[in-house]
Amino acid sequence: MQLDAPAKPSEIHETVAIRFAGDSGDGMQLTGSQFTDTTALSGNDLSTFPDFPAEIRAPAGSLAGVSGFQVNFSSSQVYTPGDEPDVLVAMNPAALRANLADLKHGGILILNTEQFGPKNLERAGYKSNPLEDGSLSPYQVFPVDITGITLRAITDLGLNQRVAVRTKNFFALGLVYWMFNRDIQHTVDWIASTFGPKDQTIAEANLRALKAGYHYGETAEVFTTRYTVAKAAIAPGRYKTITGNEAAALGFLAAAELSGLELFLGSYPITPASDILHFLAKHKGLGVKTFQAEDEIAAISSAIGAAYAGGLALTTTSGPGVALKSEAMNLALMLELPLIIANIQRGGPSTGLPTKTEQSDLLQVMFGRNGESPIPIIAAASPGDSFFAVLEACRIAVQFMTPVIFLSDGYLANSSEPWRIPNLSDQPKIPVTFRTDPVGFQPYLRDENLARPWAIPGTPGLEHRVGGLEKQDGSGNVSYDALNHEKMVKLRAEKVRRIADSLPPTFIHGDPEGDLLVIAWGGPFGAVRAAVDKVRAMGKSVGHVHLRHLNPFPNDLGDILSRYKCVLVPELNLGQLSLLLRARYVVDCVSYNKVQGKPFKESEITRAVLTQLEAIK
Amino acid sequence: MSIYPKVTHTDASKLGRKDFQTDQDVRWCPGCGDYAILAAVHKALPELGIPRENFVFVSGIGCSSRFPYYTQTFGMHSIHGRAPAIATGIKTLRPELSVWVVTGDGDALSIGGNHLIHTLRRNVDLKILMFNNRIYGLTKGQYSPTSEQGKKTKSSPLGSVDYPFNPISLALGAEASFVARSVDVDSKHLGETLSRAAAHKGSAFVEIYQNCNIFNDGAFDYLTDRATKIDHELRLEHGKPMRFGPGGAKGIALDTRMQPMVVDVATFGEDRLLIHDETNDALSFFVSRLVHPNFPTPVGVFRAVERPSFDELMQAQVDKAKAKVKPGGVQALLDGGETWTVT
Repeated sequence: MQLDAPAKPSEIHETVAIRFAGDSGDGMQLTGSQFTDTTALSGNDLSTFPDFPAEIRAPAGSLAGVSGFQVNFSSSQVYTPGDEPDVLVAMNPAALRANLADLKHGGILILNTEQFGPKNLERAGYKSNPLEDGSLSPYQVFPVDITGITLRAITDLGLNQRVAVRTKNFFALGLVYWMFNRDIQHTVDWIASTFGPKDQTIAEANLRALKAGYHYGETAEVFTTRYTVAKAAIAPGRYKTITGNEAAALGFLAAAELSGLELFLGSYPITPASDILHFLAKHKGLGVKTFQAEDEIAAISSAIGAAYAGGLALTTTSGPGVALKSEAMNLALMLELPLIIANIQRGGPSTGLPTKTEQSDLLQVMFGRNGESPIPIIAAASPGDSFFAVLEACRIAVQFMTPVIFLSDGYLANSSEPWRIPNLSDQPKIPVTFRTDPVGFQPYLRDENLARPWAIPGTPGLEHRVGGLEKQDGSGNVSYDALNHEKMVKLRAEKVRRIADSLPPTFIHGDPEGDLLVIAWGGPFGAVRAAVDKVRAMGKSVGHVHLRHLNPFPNDLGDILSRYKCVLVPELNLGQLSLLLRARYVVDCVSYNKVQGKPFKESEITRAVLTQLEAIK
Repeated sequence: MSIYPKVTHTDASKLGRKDFQTDQDVRWCPGCGDYAILAAVHKALPELGIPRENFVFVSGIGCSSRFPYYTQTFGMHSIHGRAPAIATGIKTLRPELSVWVVTGDGDALSIGGNHLIHTLRRNVDLKILMFNNRIYGLTKGQYSPTSEQGKKTKSSPLGSVDYPFNPISLALGAEASFVARSVDVDSKHLGETLSRAAAHKGSAFVEIYQNCNIFNDGAFDYLTDRATKIDHELRLEHGKPMRFGPGGAKGIALDTRMQPMVVDVATFGEDRLLIHDETNDALSFFVSRLVHPNFPTPVGVFRAVERPSFDELMQAQVDKAKAKVKPGGVQALLDGGETWTVT
């Protein structure tokens, strides 16, 4: 549907970031994701950042209850959700106060005036009304009575006030669609299919609010300009927008198909990992069995049972859950069974910041268990990359008969990006061989990868016992022999080390040697890549290595580290990868750290890189 | 094409007790009640008509949990308290397997209490054998969640102030569909109870009184000594009046306050005794509250009711969803939803 042709002048922009902010009940996440989908369909590259409080409904109008969703979209390649939004839509004073500092100087500010009464101003901590006191003068302010106009547009539908007011987010969305020349059809269809079957009146109200917002932009003598962001030059192919949790869940389904294994998920709900459970529970038709366990320990234990029985088994959780699962992770290690432990990291320690992002569980998953406990670690670098990182984790688990940790984080899990849909027939199969021959069978015989045979119940002649007690090499019988124990400890370590032999050479973006190597892992990928490109465009000698494999490290990493004058390690923790690199390679890494529950901004990394280049001059 | 092994199952009818013994030295203390239970299980398994390779024994930690090493089936000696959860994963993925959990009072009721109650309420088709010796044996003699209050142990030299669980009441409260009790040295009754448990579709919880002759010797003597057994054991039989004592001279009846009382059958009248009913929830719980020394100890099946098992419900749900799913597998899912093409 193309509404009125634009009558007002249109400015062309390369990249625009919009942040929608409001009360957690205002539907800002929904508004943001609708804008994201529409923007993706219109051919921009984009990156999003949903940011919401842990409380489902904090007191209305309070700073604690502010929920935000930022979309960065562009006609060129986009790596991050954008450092400073160009446009801020604030549905109440608290949303304004919590977000204004981020808005670009001279940026556009759309405010819902109806909410700027004395009570809400006081709740947000304003002594005077920012609409009147001149404090917003550095910005282009558009005060709009979003609530009032929305209510007038739907007054004849007879909805009660509480329900009617909730449609106002669609007005805001409609207005922003108009500002950025977006086709509203995707959202029109979405409203019809989402609300239509349940309540036709609500669907009609939301639709009218959307159109009212759109027409308001066109007709009101408020907005003088529209903005155009042209299509991006993206690699050819079919695309969809995808979040990290969706991509990870799809990765597990794909790994099951590529291996032929039955998929089993044992999980206990935890933010920000639960969406993987939700996604897989919805797709039982593909054969996956999902088990919502009574606790984190039962979740991983059931997965260990499923792995023993011959399934592709996984458990999904976040840091506090990993803490609870650690004893069972060691059981999986002793049993030498394939198992994926997905840790969608959040701010810690303890309950920490459940809905905020952090990378502070690296040392936990590396070392947080009793005894010598080597477990491979794989990290995703972007929402869409979660799919491929999961495939790699599953490959290693099955090929080497070992538990594997998959690391994502709250930012990757909830953010979305356009994703070129992969063709599964292009992905390598994950070969699986179950032992069937009883002749010469011993449970802890090893192949060239040091992997033991997968001998599943139901196979005649292979009846055997496994357990957490130390094993005799080969037979797997309980053994307290001193030298055998040392041998087994070393065998388990060597098995994990050999995974490195199966990895391709490490990819270096930018200069393969020179002044500075930026080495990072996980969520900061986008900010680091964008910053490195920017600095290289200034003629600096910088390379970027983004580690997918955190344990074991790639074989060529030591050599790569030695080719630069300086190594910079940006992390959303206090220097965990730095610690591992220093210990392993005795290299003097410079840590660049942030622990604010938020992802890195591109500008922060750029500054850190430039500072470091200056320092080594 | 399935990657799972196509196997020809062994002939279950040819199995005997020896087929379930392993080459491992049994390392329980001489005189431990576990030996008798092991023998009873090895005797019961060949009678079930299940190929040996389809049995899986899962245990936790504790003396009882060494059980899988001594049984020639698939087995896992896992971690403390988690056997029911591990077994749930095995059974849920592979409903055709016969999955058994061997656990103790500490393993099942203390560290693993949460998993036990949730497994029972879900009715996962597992056979759970809980050896109750009312003591921690492997850690050398601390009180357990079934030790009687006041018990002096290494960790309670002044007497335990912990009030104990009644495992049968706990299992019934956790919605278990099959709950029974037997005694280690009563091989006949134990064998019958195991067979009933094995035949039950759903979670079968069997408490087995087991003597720890090192740290809690004689805990159940009143129930196992020939001289006293008859006065203290109440055999539960479905549809039969609750009688015990020499010649069944005593019985259990309700007093006017709905409390249990021991009566003399001859003077009270057999028709006024309680009739055991495995399907009556209230009665099952009532019977579980008959506790030594004021009452005889009930042994047998307290409760046996039919309810769909978790694993079969899960399988049915998956099968139903599979029948409805669009063809094309994961690729179709990847390709689905809102997409756009860049040329």
